[in-house]
Amino acid sequence: MATKKESRVEVKKTYKLFINGAFPRSESGRVFEVTAKNGEFIANPALASHKDLRDAVTAARAAQSGWSKATAYNRGQILYRIAEMLEGRANQFESEIALSSQINSAKAKSLVAQAIDRWVWYAGWSDKLQAVSGATNPVSGPFFNFSISEPQGVVAIAASDNFLEFIDALGAAVVSGNTSIVLVPGGLAVPAMSFAEVLATSDLPAGVINILTGSLDELAPWAASHMDIDGFDISGIQKKKQGALKEAGAENLKRIHSFESGKTPARILAFMESKTVWHSVGV
Amino acid sequence: MTFEYAPAPESRSIVSIKPKYGHFINGSFVAGKKHFPTINPATEEILSHISLGGASDVDKAVMAAQKAYTKTWSKLTGKERGKYLYRIARILQERAREFAVLETLDNGKPIRETRDIDIPLVAAHFFYHAGWADKLDYAGLGHSPAPYGVAGQIIPWNFPLLMLAWKVAPALATGNTVVLKPAETTSLTALLFAEVCQQAELPDGVVNIVTGDGSTGAAIVNHPGIHKIAFTGSTDVGKKIARAIASTDKKATLELGGKGANIVFDDAPVDETVEGIVNGIFFNQGHVCCAGSRLIVQESIAEEIIEKLKVRMAKIRVGDPLDKNTDLGAINSKEQLNKINELSAVGDAEGAERWSPQCTLSNKGYWFAPTIFTGVTQAHRIAQEEIFGPVLSVLTFRTPQEAIDKANNSPFGLSAGIWSEKGSRIFWASQHLKAGVIWANTFNKFDPASPFGGYKESGWGREGGKHGLAAYLKNGKETGAK
Repeated sequence: MATKKESRVEVKKTYKLFINGAFPRSESGRVFEVTAKNGEFIANPALASHKDLRDAVTAARAAQSGWSKATAYNRGQILYRIAEMLEGRANQFESEIALSSQINSAKAKSLVAQAIDRWVWYAGWSDKLQAVSGATNPVSGPFFNFSISEPQGVVAIAASDNFLEFIDALGAAVVSGNTSIVLVPGGLAVPAMSFAEVLATSDLPAGVINILTGSLDELAPWAASHMDIDGFDISGIQKKKQGALKEAGAENLKRIHSFESGKTPARILAFMESKTVWHSVGV
Repeated sequence: MTFEYAPAPESRSIVSIKPKYGHFINGSFVAGKKHFPTINPATEEILSHISLGGASDVDKAVMAAQKAYTKTWSKLTGKERGKYLYRIARILQERAREFAVLETLDNGKPIRETRDIDIPLVAAHFFYHAGWADKLDYAGLGHSPAPYGVAGQIIPWNFPLLMLAWKVAPALATGNTVVLKPAETTSLTALLFAEVCQQAELPDGVVNIVTGDGSTGAAIVNHPGIHKIAFTGSTDVGKKIARAIASTDKKATLELGGKGANIVFDDAPVDETVEGIVNGIFFNQGHVCCAGSRLIVQESIAEEIIEKLKVRMAKIRVGDPLDKNTDLGAINSKEQLNKINELSAVGDAEGAERWSPQCTLSNKGYWFAPTIFTGVTQAHRIAQEEIFGPVLSVLTFRTPQEAIDKANNSPFGLSAGIWSEKGSRIFWASQHLKAGVIWANTFNKFDPASPFGGYKESGWGREGGKHGLAAYLKNGKETGAK
């Protein structure tokens, strides 16, 4: 994606979806155009369909048990590996973000650095969450009683078009053991699909993160009403459109939340469930 | 030779019930316009007449709660708030027998349970939360977590005063004020609780109680002056509330239905397990959202367990709830009895085998004999739907994984039980069960220090323990929320 014209003809990338560890085109055959600030053509990412979403949910559900049962140490290492891969390709992300969004290259450089550091921050939470969210509860009786937090299951994310916010939402969802489907709008499709290439080379099991590019107006209502999605981060959706999604999500009492960008373990815990176990004590 | 118990009725002279009640708004009882009767479900005797709260009653209550929040309650330190809660806990203990008898009269549950479980837990809830009021900075929710303001709380009829305590105690400890609606059929102990608030000199308007039906509840949910909804009840109504507040900034905790799996492995201690099964489904007439209503028993010991269970069930004493020897009281309402009858008939029609011990049921009041259905499969409605009565569905399994798969095959995820003598198996099963509360070698235990609440369609959020505080504080789980 060199910006300078050379005599050599550039080999351009085809942008597809990321489902179950593979890069399929949309089954619908639809694409949309991403252009630069100056209107120059950049790419034709896939415009994901309802069927693509269903396929992504199937993949995320199938990956759920393995990812949530992996040790916290193992999850932490895989997520840290993703940061290593990101670091090595930082230049690529900077130029893609500068090209496909409204920010200059200095800001893009700082944004990518922040995003990598943020991802490392999330990776480190995998084996600390229980220490801050769990409890042993002093019940009045001969019982050993404790509460731990577990991932909710399959979490969908409607991302904003900002790469750092995309990282925030995704890191928070998957570090605890949720599997996810990220819905990516507009120009963010370009760096998001490069992020998928990072995932594909980081030992992340297939289906843990699935990325669909397209229109949030189409994809978000489908996700909100999907009965096999447990949680939905709608931070990338305008406030006035959030009510309709929450209403649709009530059918299976989806956990639907919206956050400001920024790092807080509360965002991770919002997509976890607390489980309390009572053990009889006796001889 | 058979030994019979002599009747041992608890005296009802300790309670005095007024012929008619109003709402409790801004520290005083306010006469209602329309009334409906509340009955003793064991005898169908009309106990009193309860006010049917309308939109204007709810509005007055919300105004009182808002005023109390801004003028008094939010200005008190946690230390002072806590002392009011301690006072309430102590008065509840002093008047425990009166509450127990009144609860039994209005609800139909045995006096043994109201006296030994419901009311002691109510006092414990206030006592526990009293101590939190000045320690919220240490609850792991960030520094100086802030209350929402006015909490609208809607509670069910199965544990009337206990559900009030689960709602009111954490709301007040965290600095919120309250508009509470008790269930239509069980308002009396909530109204007696209003007297406790008066005796404790709780500032006016901090707790407001509006009685009524579903329309009163809807008026609370939809009132713009309410910042936080806490609801315990059916999943259907829970979903309606979720839809009603979707386009608002209101927060909600929802404690909804369940279809708890009680899993018995082949190495379980048989006699303890049978007791646990009985307690799991027949406690409180099975009117328990976390009841162990699906027995999932390993095939190799199923016959032995069911045989012993039947022997034990034949000893369950069904009858006068005020009798101190009664195990199983009255079904709370005619409507609920109809629902239990209807779903049990579906069980028959779908081919499950019904069994109940011989027992004589009074022809007055609402009664249902303890019942088990064997030969139930996962597709049966009695394995999927909440019956909310003394009806147990029995399924079997061969491998531990099959037990987990069957247990998790439900839209609910509130509770589960595990019976086994093997520690590693218990931990394995408890890790794989999708349920918010799991009892290992016990069932239906509750404590104010222990969080309660479910996965999936069993609701949102937790009540009790450190986790329950987050539901009433802005810097809780919603930190950073838009």
